[in-house]
Amino acid sequence: MHIEQADEAYCIGPAQSSQSYLRQDKIISVAKQAKCQAVHPGYGFLSENTEFAQLCQKENIIFIGPPASAIRDMGIKNTSKAIMTKAGVPIIEGYHGDDQTNETLLIEAKKIGFPLMIKAVRGGGGKGMRIAQKESDFIEALESARTESEKAFGDSAVLLEKYVAEPRHVEVQIFADKHGNTVYLFERDCSVQRRHQKVIEEAPAPGISQQLRQKLGEAAIRAAKAVGYVGAGTVEFIMDRNNHSFHFMEMNTRLQVEHPITEAITGLDLVEWQFRVASGEELPLKQEQITLNGHAFEARIYAENPRNGFLPGAGQLLYLKPPEATNNIRVETGVRQNDEVSVHYDPMIAKLVIWGKDRSEALNVLISKLSEYNIAGLDTNIQFIKDLCEHPKFQSGEVHTGFIEENFEQLFPKLHISNKILIQGTLASILYEDIESLSTSLETKDPFTPFAVETGLRLNHMLNRTFLFDVEKESNIVEDREWQLVIPTPKFVTAITSQMEQNPYTALSPIPGLVDKIFINKGDIVKKGDSLLVIVAMKMEHIIKASIDGTIEDVLCSIGDNITKNKLLVKLAKC
Amino acid sequence: MLQRSRYLLRYFRPFVRFYHEEASVIGTTPDTSSPVYQENYMQMKNLIDQLKNIVEKIVEGGGQKAKDRHISKGKLLPRERINTLLDKNSPFLEFSQLAGYEIYGEEKVPAGGIITGIGRIEGTECIIVANDPTVKAGTYYPITVKKQLRAQEIAEENRLPCIYLVDSGGANLPRQDDVFADKMHFGRTFYNQANMSARGIAQIAVVMGSCTAGGAYVPAMADENIIVGNQGTIFLAGPPLVKASTGEEVSAEDLGGAALHCRQSGVTDHYAIDDTHALYLARRIVRDLNLQPPMDVKINKNIELPVHAIDDIYGIIGTNLKRPYDVKEVIARIVDGSKFHEFKAQYGETLVTGFAKIYGYPVGIVANNGVLFSESALKGTHFVQLCAQRKIPLIFLQNITGFMVGRDAELGGIAKNGAKMVTAVACAQVPKITVIIGGSYGAGNYGMCGRSYSPRFLYCWPNARISVMGGEQAASVLTQITKDQYAREGKQWTQEEEENLKNPIIKRFEKEGSPYYSSARLWDDGVIDPVDTRVVLGLSLSASLNAPIPDTKFGIFRM
Repeated sequence: MHIEQADEAYCIGPAQSSQSYLRQDKIISVAKQAKCQAVHPGYGFLSENTEFAQLCQKENIIFIGPPASAIRDMGIKNTSKAIMTKAGVPIIEGYHGDDQTNETLLIEAKKIGFPLMIKAVRGGGGKGMRIAQKESDFIEALESARTESEKAFGDSAVLLEKYVAEPRHVEVQIFADKHGNTVYLFERDCSVQRRHQKVIEEAPAPGISQQLRQKLGEAAIRAAKAVGYVGAGTVEFIMDRNNHSFHFMEMNTRLQVEHPITEAITGLDLVEWQFRVASGEELPLKQEQITLNGHAFEARIYAENPRNGFLPGAGQLLYLKPPEATNNIRVETGVRQNDEVSVHYDPMIAKLVIWGKDRSEALNVLISKLSEYNIAGLDTNIQFIKDLCEHPKFQSGEVHTGFIEENFEQLFPKLHISNKILIQGTLASILYEDIESLSTSLETKDPFTPFAVETGLRLNHMLNRTFLFDVEKESNIVEDREWQLVIPTPKFVTAITSQMEQNPYTALSPIPGLVDKIFINKGDIVKKGDSLLVIVAMKMEHIIKASIDGTIEDVLCSIGDNITKNKLLVKLAKC
Repeated sequence: MLQRSRYLLRYFRPFVRFYHEEASVIGTTPDTSSPVYQENYMQMKNLIDQLKNIVEKIVEGGGQKAKDRHISKGKLLPRERINTLLDKNSPFLEFSQLAGYEIYGEEKVPAGGIITGIGRIEGTECIIVANDPTVKAGTYYPITVKKQLRAQEIAEENRLPCIYLVDSGGANLPRQDDVFADKMHFGRTFYNQANMSARGIAQIAVVMGSCTAGGAYVPAMADENIIVGNQGTIFLAGPPLVKASTGEEVSAEDLGGAALHCRQSGVTDHYAIDDTHALYLARRIVRDLNLQPPMDVKINKNIELPVHAIDDIYGIIGTNLKRPYDVKEVIARIVDGSKFHEFKAQYGETLVTGFAKIYGYPVGIVANNGVLFSESALKGTHFVQLCAQRKIPLIFLQNITGFMVGRDAELGGIAKNGAKMVTAVACAQVPKITVIIGGSYGAGNYGMCGRSYSPRFLYCWPNARISVMGGEQAASVLTQITKDQYAREGKQWTQEEEENLKNPIIKRFEKEGSPYYSSARLWDDGVIDPVDTRVVLGLSLSASLNAPIPDTKFGIFRM
């Protein structure tokens, strides 16, 4: 879709990010080939990559973003916190030291106290982040954080932080030009998260007084100035939901996914500003000229199953009908009907951005527009976001990062399917069968034979049919709730696969993805529960374990393989 | 030029009216408030309700206990098997639901223990023959054999692939003398399989239960077959008989189960894990038959519904056969757009003939509007010749007391003229479909393509009466003969004696003339609701056009 919208498009490699998007050399060579003056790095990994910013500078291509030094300073959490302390920006206590031995870290951890957060020094977006609830969990969590960080950022250094329970995630959008002007464009609240990733964002943050807003903004400006920041940036604060004290968490040196809500309340185009600043212009507005107007929400529509631990999904979007965009409703998406949600990137389908005169209006519009978002073929979080928006505590703005866990019962009510839905599903099946049969019949010499058009006729009695549906997942909403009814696969179709699944001497991939690690070799002896290999799908690790004691008879995959679901990965033999 | 006419057609079509077409619409709107209409309607409705009540019980098969036992083995019920086998929305033109109805006294054999009919599989019309193991373990009663043979006859005449869903205990031993040895007994079904296979009519068997002794030949004689693992068995002698004859002790599965026949004996071709799988495989086989029906007629793709309410038929004809009505009112409720191009409208008016379309298929209709005279017979002969020449299927709407009797009629050669019509009907090779919509008596039954004239399909309305003559006439004839006998012997015959002779005859004819009696013995292919006539004819026509229409050669017409 993005290729269609572009004036010119160049292929930089296969779908896997390591072979395309992260290949800086390829991007630069394409930029030169296309005679680009500047590169906008989007909001992915490259946007906060010092090397890439430097590479652009070296190649005389403008990198639309902050100076490489600012990226580096802010990207390494130890450094950034030290700088912030110096600049008088409140930070949260923790250990940001260079000594990364387990012993030192454990001592420091005890000093800070549990629960405790372990974060990748160069991390972000919840990657390489673990919480140790108690001391005994510490080493395991540490190793896990290191592994993930190593993989994602090529660096395993971690920092430790006091874990603030029920905190709010409030971030301030700032903008700086090359002439020393820095402004703040008010704050966003991104507290409601699942798997440490944002689900819904709003601007301005609810329950924030004018004075506090100014204090936050000014602190953010101090932070930006401390690193000589230029361009669009976000200063993230962790805020105590009760006393509203806030601490610097990190600075995202890029434009963020949720920037449209700031645009919605300020009426500004941040990308335009990025270009202006990059080309050396002064900021178009002074702080006092920037006004806050109304309230905006952004809902992130993901292909995932909220009822199964938000497990990411991949596959084809069989049906996709977003709500209609208007002045106050933005639908930002990169996919169309029948497109594939790939395993290689985040399974985001769209961002739905809503502006309203005030919070309650914006929220109501959001709920109604979510109802108009119809997707079939994949599980989505639409119903979940709608339930979230309708939750009384969310409506009153009592948000914090543990919101979903705290209100789990209400957000995931027990589902009872109504007869109405079942009847609709049945009718849909019949009509679908009708279309199928008629379309086959149309190709024959006698398309309208009563055998094709007299649906289900029986003589002197009625045809009774039983329709079976698997009702496991709800998808999104029409009226009260929309359901995804799945016609069960006949036993004989699954028979062969299930025979393999039942066989404990094989390991199958549970999900399509990439083979990331293989812990075993042919001939190894393994015990039940031993890890065999790791599959990465949708940025998540899935560990495949041995289901029985045995010897590895064969390993049928190698690192880097793209695998489909139910692919036979490892064969075991009895010892 | 072509471009321009297309342009004109596109913009001016709404203003063009085909007056000549409107002129061919027949039928009138009845006065639905008249007492006669209402009485007719009520009486006919009662007959239909009765029919549906009976059929509703018949489709339940052999009762809850037998069904529960069947389901507990993980099997689908026979009607579920058919529903699974057919295309999801396919109609099922079921034959002779009333087969075996009240013919074995206390023993109930719903649908004759076998379900037969035509349905679509992968867009191909097929004959389905499904044993109902919930009815007397699926054993073959005489009527079961007859029904299976009739289904095979339909398959052969219309070139329809046969799918046998076999789950039967074999011949019904107490009645072996009525099922085994005669020409039209059980052996004939394998004769038919062989000969249909020879003619390229696919024979497919799905073994979903036991196939013992003779039954073993159904899959063995099939072109391609399927067996359900741990469920279907095929053997010439079952374990008890084997033990009795050779002393060998063996389980049914080891003796003739799916594993043995698929892996070792080669008796079966496909191994299915359950009923659903087997039926899926059967569908796949049909898809690979590479059949393309010839469709030898010009089909109108613009199908119009009759312009009159179809259930008017109830009120128009009623159940009293003595009350006359115009058969064109019935035709008007069967044919597309109620359009009927009548032939020789003013000649021999007691027989209505003409052309029409049913579901777009061209048909020639021959319908009674009273007793047949010489003129009517000649007109009928002419019309049947037209249809045979033009290869247009014939529909007979039979409501006939017979050919005219009396000196005038005999003088006019009614015998030879009736014979002409019988010859024409007998020889015509176009698909013939008969619906008995009222009386079917005497030679009228012959002239109007009764069962003996091999119509491709023959259906009855529930108000029909079928016998050599009416009960009262028969009683009068017999009374007259007895009276004459008494007179010769000089005896007196009292009124009471006359009643005693007459009444049982009238009662007997009443019983034997009933369509239930007829259908139970397979003298027809089923009793249908008059409002279903149009669709049943449409389905029958569609099925019959799977066979090419041959040229007709008529016999000698006595001039």
